[in-house]
Amino acid sequence: MSIQDIQEEIIEEFAMFDDWMQRYEYMIELGKSLPLIDEQFKTDDNIIKGCQSKVWVHAELNSDQLEFTADSDAIITKGIIAILIRTFSNQHPKDILAADTAFIDQIGLKEHLSPTRANGLVSMIKQIKMYAIAFQTQLK
Amino acid sequence: MFDVNNIRKDFPILSRTVNGNPLVYFDNAATSQTPNQVIEVIADYYRNYNSNIHRGVHTLSQEATDAYEAARNKIKTHFNAAKAHEIILTSGTTHSINIVASGYSEILKEGDELIVSAMEHHSNIVPWQMLCERTGAILKVIPMIQSGVLEMNVFEALLSKKTKLVFVNHVSNALGTVNPIAEIITKAHSVGAKVLIDGAQASPHLKADVQALDIDYYVTSAHKLCGPTGVGMLYGKEELLNTLPPYQGGGEMIAEVTFEKTTYADLPHKFEAGTPNIAGGIAFGAALDYMNGIGFDTIAAYEHELLEYATTKLKEIEGLKIYGEAPQKTAVVSFNINEIHPYDIGSILDKLGIAVRTGHHCAQPVMDFYKIPGTVRASFSFYNTKEEIDLMIIALNRAIQMLQ
Repeated sequence: MSIQDIQEEIIEEFAMFDDWMQRYEYMIELGKSLPLIDEQFKTDDNIIKGCQSKVWVHAELNSDQLEFTADSDAIITKGIIAILIRTFSNQHPKDILAADTAFIDQIGLKEHLSPTRANGLVSMIKQIKMYAIAFQTQLK
Repeated sequence: MFDVNNIRKDFPILSRTVNGNPLVYFDNAATSQTPNQVIEVIADYYRNYNSNIHRGVHTLSQEATDAYEAARNKIKTHFNAAKAHEIILTSGTTHSINIVASGYSEILKEGDELIVSAMEHHSNIVPWQMLCERTGAILKVIPMIQSGVLEMNVFEALLSKKTKLVFVNHVSNALGTVNPIAEIITKAHSVGAKVLIDGAQASPHLKADVQALDIDYYVTSAHKLCGPTGVGMLYGKEELLNTLPPYQGGGEMIAEVTFEKTTYADLPHKFEAGTPNIAGGIAFGAALDYMNGIGFDTIAAYEHELLEYATTKLKEIEGLKIYGEAPQKTAVVSFNINEIHPYDIGSILDKLGIAVRTGHHCAQPVMDFYKIPGTVRASFSFYNTKEEIDLMIIALNRAIQMLQ
């Protein structure tokens, strides 16, 4: 599935809910399915320190696709990571670089991607893109 | 008679909604809300007499200068400074601290010692660390105990002839502890050290009499006490401010300029280079008028009632732990619930229209002391109500349900 398709699928899933509480509960539920980062990669090098919550992210290349694992110490942050990683994982680096995260607005979670939240998510997306750049160079 | 419902009418922001719910504003320790009386003063300045101060011969400039200097006098009276020129108007607490820290880089020698408390805001740590790096001075720390009270016997042991400066907050932003500044000042003075008191968290709740307490430097920000952001003050004893070199060069702070040599202006202008925040300074004075109109004793008594009520209600929540239980506290409650991350609680509360602070509150050493990533902090002001506290308790229970 392309990143675009996955994002549309997520938008559809969230469209089923009529209030924020249901959306949040679903997001928290999704957080539990996050492919967790292996403890050995949960190092200071892989940590993205937000003022509020911490995020760890790790990438591995499988043939020509990038696979991400991650974690956070806050449940809501973890839920959003799970949503983001579902769209970015198992994709080609060039597709990851071309993708955006505008769909987060459409599922009513925009505020968590605001830099003022300082929850590490904005830096995490930057980090994911950096991995994509690094691995794309490797693929050439 | 204090009537909170009447007071609330002064604050237009309190009638707005957030995410479809009436706003409950419990982030007062970060910044307080602004009453109409202060908003009007700012608008009046820009509508009627906006102009640059201290150097115009025209009427507008004279009116603006008079209003600005009248505000300085109000601040002087409020903190009971001996002279108006001991009040330096700055951009805020951080700026004020940096003026002093920067000045001391020309006064301190290698091996001199500075003492800080374990419960400081980063703004009262970092400038001094930078000062130590520049001068080779050594930074020592007064530790605290679990309840969030400073260990005064350790403080005494740290003091020596080498101690040049002690800087402590009057009230801790993360914990609400009111520190024993009278005792700290007396003991510091007994070894000849000077004391800077960070009053940012104290000044919305209690008056500091700088002469009675013999304070050397006192700093605060207007936005913590119903004034606008971007303006604050540095109080310093005249003889001390005279020995400090200027912080920034520019217009307004000079007496005479030639390319060979510039002589500096007298206090307070020596530390007020450039065009200041004129409307902000005038509004700072208006904010003090507003709060003094209600009365600081009345404010303190009512806020204490809110604190007691909130503390009791919060403690009924299973697994809730309060950080900072000093016997002398302002209306601040920092807490965590079981292992739930503060960010998660803060996010749910925001959805319900309740503004609290989450995170390390720019006081990472305090969080490290308790070995926690942060806390949820509810901080109350005299315009808050018990009903709002009830709404927070309901919201917290809802958050627990969702997050556990």
